[in-house]
This record gives sequence, C-alpha cells and structure tokens, in this order.
Amino acid sequence: MSVLYALLFYVATVLLIAGLVYKIRQYWITPAPLKIPTTPAPTTRGGVVFRMAREVVLFESLFKSNKWIWLFGYMFHVGLALVLLRHFRYFVDTTSFIWSWVPLISPIGKYAAFAMVIGLLGLWGRRIVVERIRYISGPSDHLMLALLVGIGISGLMMTFVVHTDIVAVKVFFLGLMRFSIQELPTDPLLLLHLALVATLMIIFPLSKLLHAPGVFFSPSRNQVDNPREKRHIAAWAAKLDK
Amino acid sequence: MAAEFQTPEFREYPAVPNALVKDASAHLSPFIAKPNHQEPLGFPGELVENWEEKAIEKMGDLLSKYRGLRVYLDSCVKCGSCTDKCHYFQGTNDPKNMPVARQDLLRSVYRRYFTFAGKYFPKLVGARDMTREVLDEWYSYFHQCSQCRRCSVFCPYGIDTAEISMAAREIMDSIGHGQKYCNEILGKVQTVGNNLGLPGPALRATMEEFAEEIQDDTGLPVQIPIDVKGAEILLITPSADFFAEPHIDGLMGYAKVFHEAGVSWTLSSHAAEAANFSMFIGSYSNMKKVAERIRDAALELGVKRIVVGECGHAWRVAYSFWNTLTGVGAGADPSDEYALKLQKQLDPTVPQPMHICEFTYDLIQKGKLRFDKSANDHRTVTFHDSCNVARASRMGDWAGGQFDIPREVIKACCNNYVDMDPDTIKEKTYCCGGGGGLLTDDLMEIRVKGALPRMEALKEVVDDQGVNTLAAICAICKAQFAKVLPYYNFPMHMLVSTHQLVGESLILTGSNQEKALQPQAEPEQEASAKE
Repeated sequence: MSVLYALLFYVATVLLIAGLVYKIRQYWITPAPLKIPTTPAPTTRGGVVFRMAREVVLFESLFKSNKWIWLFGYMFHVGLALVLLRHFRYFVDTTSFIWSWVPLISPIGKYAAFAMVIGLLGLWGRRIVVERIRYISGPSDHLMLALLVGIGISGLMMTFVVHTDIVAVKVFFLGLMRFSIQELPTDPLLLLHLALVATLMIIFPLSKLLHAPGVFFSPSRNQVDNPREKRHIAAWAAKLDK
Repeated sequence: MAAEFQTPEFREYPAVPNALVKDASAHLSPFIAKPNHQEPLGFPGELVENWEEKAIEKMGDLLSKYRGLRVYLDSCVKCGSCTDKCHYFQGTNDPKNMPVARQDLLRSVYRRYFTFAGKYFPKLVGARDMTREVLDEWYSYFHQCSQCRRCSVFCPYGIDTAEISMAAREIMDSIGHGQKYCNEILGKVQTVGNNLGLPGPALRATMEEFAEEIQDDTGLPVQIPIDVKGAEILLITPSADFFAEPHIDGLMGYAKVFHEAGVSWTLSSHAAEAANFSMFIGSYSNMKKVAERIRDAALELGVKRIVVGECGHAWRVAYSFWNTLTGVGAGADPSDEYALKLQKQLDPTVPQPMHICEFTYDLIQKGKLRFDKSANDHRTVTFHDSCNVARASRMGDWAGGQFDIPREVIKACCNNYVDMDPDTIKEKTYCCGGGGGLLTDDLMEIRVKGALPRMEALKEVVDDQGVNTLAAICAICKAQFAKVLPYYNFPMHMLVSTHQLVGESLILTGSNQEKALQPQAEPEQEASAKE
C-alpha cells in the first residue's frame, strides 16, 4: 500500500506540475493583441497589481455581483488556504526557524476546515436550489464539489473523530521527498483522503481549476488602461502594418 | 418585419430575475449575409463544404492569437455570478442568454476538440461535436449578445463574453456563415467611407444645409467643413450624425463648440465614419482596414488632432484600439516607423484621439464656454452610460473619467439633472439593447426585450423624479432608443444627444442668443463676453 501511494503521489505531483507549467506557458506565450481591460481600470502597473490583489485576496468582482456566492466562495477558499498552510507540517521540519509559523497556524487551520466544508456545501446547495445555477451545472461541476467535500470531510474526521498516526504520515511524506518509501498508516480514512487529494492534483490542470492561474492572465483584469499613451502591439498584428 | 411579440412587462423595481423559459428566444436570428456581403470582406460567400473542420481550424487559430479567449474558455467555474446580469436574459428569460450559458455554446466545442477532458470524457464536462445544430445555436445566440461587457464586470476572473461572441462570429464568418447587417455595412464603409454609403458630394450638400440651419438660428456663419487640408482638428463621427434624429442635433452641437473655441476643423469624406462594425464580428484585419481610412485621412489632411464624436463602440475602437491598429495615439517604439509617421504629425500635448466630450469639458474647465442654462430648464435630464464607453474605454486622465466628464458637460448646460438607479449606471450600466451589431429590424424582438432593464430604470426616475429627457452619447443607443422608447410607452422626443443639450444652451459670441440675453446681462459680463 505504501508503494502504491508513493507511486500515486509521484505521478500526481509530476502531472500537476507538468500540466500547470504547460498551461501557464501557453497563457504566457499567447499574445493579447488588443487592450481590453474592463474599465474603469488602473492607469498604472502598480494600480493593476493592486486591482489583481483585490480580486485574488478579496474576490472584489464577485462581491459586487452576488453576496451569497461571495460568502460561500470566500469561506471555502480562505478555509482551504489555511488548511493547506496547516498541512505544511507534514512536509517541513517545524523546528527550523523559517517554518516556525507552521505550528502557530495549526490551531486556526484545524477549524478553518469547517469553514471550507460549509462554504463548499453552500455552493453546492446553490447549485442545486437556484434554478439558473442548476441550469449551468454539468456532471463535472457536481463531481468537483463532491471531491472537495470528500477531502474536507475525510480530513475533518481524522482531526476530530478517528485519529490517524500523523507522525507516521509525516515520516511517509518526508521520505517521499527524499525518494525513500516509508510505511504509510493504512487507516481507511487516511487512504481515502490521500487518494482524493491525488485525484484533485491530477485533474487540476485539466479542469476548471485552471481559474487559479487563469485569473492572473485575464486581460480584462491585468491590463493597464493606457492605450492612448503607449502603442500596444502583438507580433502577429505588427506584420499587418507592413 | 412586423412585430409579433409581446413587449416585456415592467417588473417590480428593483427587478428580481424571473423563472427560466427554455428556448424562449431560440427562434431569433438575423438575416444571413449573401455572397456579395461576405466576399469583399475576405470571407467565403456561403457555408463552405467542410465547414465543421474549418470552424475548428479557425478556433485553433484564434486560440493561438488571443490569450483572453484561451483563458476565458478554461477558467469559468460556473459559479453563477453572471447569470442574472445580461439584459437579454432579463428580457427573454431564455437560459441560453445567461452569459455563462452563452459562453458554454462555444466552450463545449472548445472542450471537445482542444482539451483532454473533452476529448476523452465529453459527457462529463459537457463537450459537444461541431454539428449543424451547434452552428445554428451559435448563429442565434451569439447574435443575442451586444458585447456590452456587463457580465465581465461581475465575473471573478473578468471573463468577457464579448470576446467569446466576437470569436464565434469570426469563426462563422470564416466558414461563410456571416451576418448580413454587419457585413453589408462593412462593405459600404470600406468602399465609400461611411456606413450609409453616402458619397462625398451628398455629404457636402447635407453639411451646408446644417450650417444654414445654424446660421438661421444664431445669425453666425458656423461652418461644418469637409476635406479642409491643414485644418487643426479632424472630426471622426458616426455617419448617423449626418442623417438621423437626434444625432444631427448633436453634430450641430459639436460645430458650435468648435466655432466658439475658434479652432479650425474638418470632416473627411474619405473617412466619414467613426463606426467600425469589424469589432462586432471580431475581425482584426477588417477593423484595421476601416481604421486605416482614418489614418490615411489624417495624413492626407495634415491635421494635428483627431476628435471623435458621440458613439459608443466607435469610441472603444478609437480609444482602445486605434493606436494599436493605426498608430493614432502616442508612445510608439522608436523603431516603429509605421506608427511614428502619424504620431510625429499629431500634437503630443493633447490625448490622441480625443472624445468630443473631453474637448468640450476642457473648454468648460478653462472657462471658454458660456451657457444659458435656462434654455434647458424645461428639461429634467438623466444620462445613459453607453456600454462601450463605460466598460471598454475612458475619458480624461483618471479612471472613471468616462462617467464624470459627460455628466459634468450636461450639468454645465442644464439645471436639472438626475441619475438613474446606481445598479444601472456607470460600470453597471445596461446596454440599450441594440449594440454589438444587433441594430437591425430583423432583430427587433430581441432589441425590444433587451431594452427592458434600461427602460425599468428610466421608468423609475420618470415616475419619481420627473425626468423627461434621456441624454445619450452613442449613435447606436440613440437609434435604438428612438425605436424602442415607444414600445415602453415613453415619448420618443425625450431622447437627446448630449451635445444637443450643449448646442441648445451654448452662448456663441455675437449670436442672436447672446444679443437677446444682453439687456439682462451685468455690465462686467458684457465686457468679458467681448474679449
């Protein structure tokens, strides 16, 4: 089982990184030939960084649009971020100075998981109850939520109900990082949790989860509003000047 | 085409979304372009034989050229944020008019041919083959999008349905399945120089008529010059300003402002059109071709400045794209001879191009224009922000100047001004319902229905605040409202051009109006007026 999971995580990690590198490179090299920021837009680069930060940290546009989606979406994402930070403890030496914040965040991360799951259930509820959102939801949208809820609940169960040997889990993952396969506890919840996480890693670059890198490449959000001041021209478009 | 449809009922305000009505507007699609509309633009005359294959090939081409398209097709998480934001959805309740559902018409095909998930698990991710059914659906629903970008304001990733509908129309054009209205008009502008197909002599005669009209009114020889070499300013304005109401009154307003400013200006018969419908069909090459007529006219006439008249999408093209397309602007690379040729000629101390509202606003700021505001006292005015001005361009040198400047101009010449509901103006403004290449009689039903949210917001200020005048800043908005207001039981004459309000209250030095005011004028004012 340890070998199987070790392989699973190696494969998942490679696919996640390779997939993301491929997609990010694709976004990077595809030109944006026209200035299309949604205005009013910042007129300076610094302003764009600030706009993007508000978008990524606060979900500003979503807030303008719909308070319920914002609330549930925000609970989920902030919860997830804190939970991920908490999981650093399985991968780093928390006694070293640079990782000394990890134990500090741990208690918050523990309860953030509830926010994450509640947020997800809220989003899922809207997907089922609100007619407009039900209409636009496909099987993959429901499955994605099921996957994330599965990860959240299996994790919560291990934290609060059926504890697993987290010291052994840490040994296993630290081992993986040094390419040595250590014994992984075989609690069913842990195996389920890890299998779901590996699945998520694999489908990340193949799915709508690409919104995470995508938002940074969105021309309507990342362009400076200065078309009169500076000529913006893509290579393929410049050829038409001749 | 007779209107065989029901004008939508006003909803309780502020409006709540209605229940979905599947396929409520599936029957709406515009006339298909004929070979003689298609071919001059470089598109096949009719649907090519292997169009399925060609469509996918074109999609791949666009994906490699437009980062936005690629990112937008990948990034949507179906959160639902945009679902209630489109005016066409609100007016029809057809779920395919929800922005995300409209995008999905194309996204489903993208996924099938360009993504791993769609290639191997099509059912799971809603991927579809390119079929005739899909094409017909595209043709119908991508012509029920006015590319107003309201959805993009509310999308957490800024996904812009306009970009997707432009891509879809470009693909359809490339396989010979274009829209008659846009493509026919583009043919005219590319051969004659304006959307109307109005030749130079006719244009000149019309302008003389307008000049006479102004002279009769003011007693001053205000000119509307054409093709004057060495003029300082080239005015590029939508050709609707030459023949439609209330557009003409706006044009006369510009002429009065130029006259009072004492600048030399000219129209160009070669480029007597600000509109550039190539944007609506997503065709970069056609957009460049149309914009190059303006570049050519500017070089030919040797003007120092380019000013753009009241038009929404045209201002987007001018403000956001002209520099890219033709070098009308500043900041070209030192090696960029093409752009520099023009940029060296243009006055670098003022923005190029400049909106007529910016021009008028500057003069007002400098105290160079005097208004008799009482001339507009019979009006209580509200202002309709045009989608392309509001969300795809700017005026002035601050973000949001496109909202402030027209309002300041109106307030400078009117005593009674009221804004509509904040959720329906500025960046959240609703499209008039006729933008994006939909301003054609064969789409009357969707135009009327799409106007619903704007009409509802208007009704509120008419009923509660006594608004009797709707000022617009776009040729399409004006033409659309002129047709649509009566459907909602508003009087057509409540619609005005923004520069009509300016023109009707501007006190030209030495005019009949000035003389009429003089007996009441204070002595100092009289003195300053003569300066």
